[in-house]
Amino acid sequence: MTEISGGPFVIATILKVLVFFTLLILSIALGTYVERRLAAFIQDRSGPNRVGPIGLLQVAADGLKNLLKEETWPSAAYKGFFLLAPAMALIPGTILFAVIPFASPAPTRWGYVDMIVADVPIGVLYILAIASLGVYGVVMAGWSSGSKYAFLGGLRGSAQMVSYEVGLSLSLVPVLMLAGDVRVPEIVTLQQHYPGDATTLGVWLVAPLLVGTFLFYLTGLAETNRLPFDLPEAEAELVGGYHTEYSSMKFAAFMMGEYGHLITTAMLVTVFFFGGWDIPFWSGDNIRVTADGSLIGEPAWWKTLLTLLAFMVKAGLVFATFIWVRWTLPRFRYDQLMDLGWKFIIEFVTVYIVVIAVAIYVLDRAGLEFGPAYAAALLGVNVILAVLVFFLFDRGRLIRGAGREAEREARRRMLDARRQVRQQALARALGEEAALAATADDSSEEGE
Amino acid sequence: MAGSVKVLKRPGTEGSYVRAASKGLGVTLKHMIRPYKVTQQYPDEKWELAPRLRGTHRMAVHEDGRAKCVGCGLCPTVCPVNCIKLIPAEDENGERYAAIYEIDEFRCIFCGFCQEVCPVEAIHLGVHYENAEYSRERWVYDLERLTELEHPYTALWDPADPTSQ
Repeated sequence: MTEISGGPFVIATILKVLVFFTLLILSIALGTYVERRLAAFIQDRSGPNRVGPIGLLQVAADGLKNLLKEETWPSAAYKGFFLLAPAMALIPGTILFAVIPFASPAPTRWGYVDMIVADVPIGVLYILAIASLGVYGVVMAGWSSGSKYAFLGGLRGSAQMVSYEVGLSLSLVPVLMLAGDVRVPEIVTLQQHYPGDATTLGVWLVAPLLVGTFLFYLTGLAETNRLPFDLPEAEAELVGGYHTEYSSMKFAAFMMGEYGHLITTAMLVTVFFFGGWDIPFWSGDNIRVTADGSLIGEPAWWKTLLTLLAFMVKAGLVFATFIWVRWTLPRFRYDQLMDLGWKFIIEFVTVYIVVIAVAIYVLDRAGLEFGPAYAAALLGVNVILAVLVFFLFDRGRLIRGAGREAEREARRRMLDARRQVRQQALARALGEEAALAATADDSSEEGE
Repeated sequence: MAGSVKVLKRPGTEGSYVRAASKGLGVTLKHMIRPYKVTQQYPDEKWELAPRLRGTHRMAVHEDGRAKCVGCGLCPTVCPVNCIKLIPAEDENGERYAAIYEIDEFRCIFCGFCQEVCPVEAIHLGVHYENAEYSRERWVYDLERLTELEHPYTALWDPADPTSQ
């Protein structure tokens, strides 16, 4: 079967964009609902449950409320950028989905339809490039609001996102080393089980790259400004952070951008580490599109729908863990955040890449073919690394609290300052004494 | 005997973040999946009110529907916030009754002195709290309204043992 082309291709692409974009917007709306619901469950509450069946229409009510609210224009704001910022926050989060494969290809009368909006050959690079654009919304909003709180939030946000971007990009390098390609569908194929095919691993990458998954997840949290990395918002200290001055639909755009980014990150974790739309322990979904556009496998509509469902379930579960983490961990202090980003994650990711590269080299030289055994060997390396880091190294070095050490340091500084003052006073007293050349009075020196 | 102070050993800088975080995640997961909820779906399920709750007033009535009040004037005297307005009158048989009896529920502090001081047990506080009005004037309950209310009286004391002996 050949790929769809010509007029039907254009129509199919437009349909795909419409359907997937609608699905994304719907899941953003649903995401806010799920977040509030799960947060309530964690705190032994019920959450929104009065509007519509089990509160599902709460989202519609909130949207309506946001539309009807007064739109504020702070007098100190730079109007153009102030208006542009919400759009800049919303767009990167919602256009990332273009290169994510949602389901297995579907057959039509005119040829098969690949269930990905744009199968660009540099998919992973596109993702990294667009994901880092999210920082512009934050910086613009913070600066153009003309408010100190918003400014500090924007400043922190840019510092944080720039710091963690490096870790985010580097934590994908092991994936690319295994896939040998930056096309996103290729990474999904790598994780599918083709018996007897030595080009696929047959195991979800979470197993051979356990630590890499953790690092990508962590830096993904930081990139989306979620707790424990939500310093740009920091309600307790910065009121609302970069979107303090926003109201009505402009504020809603920030919220949608945040959730869009979050859902996209959940989808990326799924695609890179949890097999994408692959259904585990079933080889009926072994359908792949090679780089030159030919199709291997037997596509069917029911398979497409089934794999779409699998993808949504997996991404939904990852999204649920984001919420779970948010309502568990407290926010990092700014210095802890910077320490973690620059002094741990970047170094560790670099070491990790080297270790995995060496492991791959050794395994290849040993003549081991791609497959579950290969993945198991890599998993062993990962487990050793994880134990080293989390049970030996992580003793107040990853996140340094304001404990006894900091207290001791502060006390030492205070005593130093006091001693200095005392010495100056003593010197002054001695100087006066010499000038006066008066009779020696021993007690005056001691009294200071 | 003097109490002893329990000194907790605080974790210093030596703690592991990842392990502490996983412990916290365990706690939240436990709460997330357990069905117990503290939320009360208020208008649907209501509180079981204590029998001694002091809420909206009620005026007791005779069997023929007349208010029991004899207009003695004790309740406006004892009321600490002056929320009771009473103008007594006398009927053709020489019996006193309240010509005007109004309680401003907005001003009332629900101390229950009026119920305590009433010699004929006419005015009572009730086990009822859901009052809402569109204007302040509506909060002044007149005699008619007070007699029409139907919620239970507050049990200021045990009816079987009124002098609490």
